[in-house]
Amino acid sequence: MSQLKIRKIATIVEETQSEMGRPINPSVRRAASVAVIENPFAGQYVEDLEVLMNIGAELGALLGDKCVAALGVEPSQTESYGKAAMVGENGELEHAAAILHPKLGAPLRKAVEKGAALVPSSKKRGGPGAPLDVPLGHKDAAYVRSHFDGMEVRINDAPRANEIMVAVCVTDSGRPLPRVGGLEAADAVGEDGLR
Amino acid sequence: MPEIVIRKKLVSVEEIFHEGGPVSDTPLRRATAIAVIHNPYAGQYVEDIMSLIDDMKPMALEMVDSLIEALGGDPSVVEGFGKGAIVGAAGELEHGALWHAPGGYSMRARLNDSKAIVPSGKKVGGIGARLDIPVTHINAAYVRSHFDSVEVGINDAPRADEMLVALVMTTGPRIHNRAGGLAVEDVKGEDGLR
Repeated sequence: MSQLKIRKIATIVEETQSEMGRPINPSVRRAASVAVIENPFAGQYVEDLEVLMNIGAELGALLGDKCVAALGVEPSQTESYGKAAMVGENGELEHAAAILHPKLGAPLRKAVEKGAALVPSSKKRGGPGAPLDVPLGHKDAAYVRSHFDGMEVRINDAPRANEIMVAVCVTDSGRPLPRVGGLEAADAVGEDGLR
Repeated sequence: MPEIVIRKKLVSVEEIFHEGGPVSDTPLRRATAIAVIHNPYAGQYVEDIMSLIDDMKPMALEMVDSLIEALGGDPSVVEGFGKGAIVGAAGELEHGALWHAPGGYSMRARLNDSKAIVPSGKKVGGIGARLDIPVTHINAAYVRSHFDSVEVGINDAPRADEMLVALVMTTGPRIHNRAGGLAVEDVKGEDGLR
């Protein structure tokens, strides 16, 4: 039985239409879906973190699907992704690692179709309202330089001490006005996850 | 007539299932729409600023429609609302006040039985500034269960010559409301207050 206890979910779509007076056409869009969940291991040291790994699998599907739905595109039209977690003060950084790393990626990749690249991630401990920066990278070829990016998310009342905030970001584009060279999305092979 | 130049838009929906009490069958949803626009009056004192009100109306209506869409497309689910503005550092608080009319009228244009005044907040702030937008019932401002607020902001806005304008809609009372006062079922709905 699922041990996932969600207090709230925030889903955000940010659309940039101009930058430095230049129109961005088509606009670039990033979505984030953030769940605030109970930390079953808050305030104690627990050796076996499998419960959190399974929660990660559930959240990978739930939050990944919410991002894609919020963007209103086909899964195949998504371009980059990222994930992050912030544990409340009674939790351990390792709790964030257990949610993010073992099992969250596979269902997220299903939500965005393919996803050969590593899902970039970050984690921290923080109190309510603390900002969480979610790194972003191209979903099929990590070296695509135009898609190196990040999205800040925060929820003013989370995470409480016994909670964990888990964020998934999905975009349908890279940075606005990219011009620092490197591998371009159009030239990516997308088989080894790197190029 | 100043043209509205939008740098970015943001739509967010919070679904609240509980806050330590019983898990609700219907989560409370709070939706926010934000637009970050160029402030045509930044850096100078301009006496007549009224034209921006009409210029912002089409954008405000689009924001309202995006909120309703984010809440599933049915305007009748909306029970609470609020609005607010953060003016970048080269602007004036008065510029934020221009948002009252387009923000309020556009929400009322799409919501039935919305006689209550739209509560609002505004301030001058730097990039990343947060604004707590007050929320009240759309038809009777005294409905205590619907007094709420939603914090809004974007990490990279407003720049000094920009203005961040926001609209908020909620779908119900606070998740564990039990502080008494006028209840929704007792609303007369005539004066916007009770």
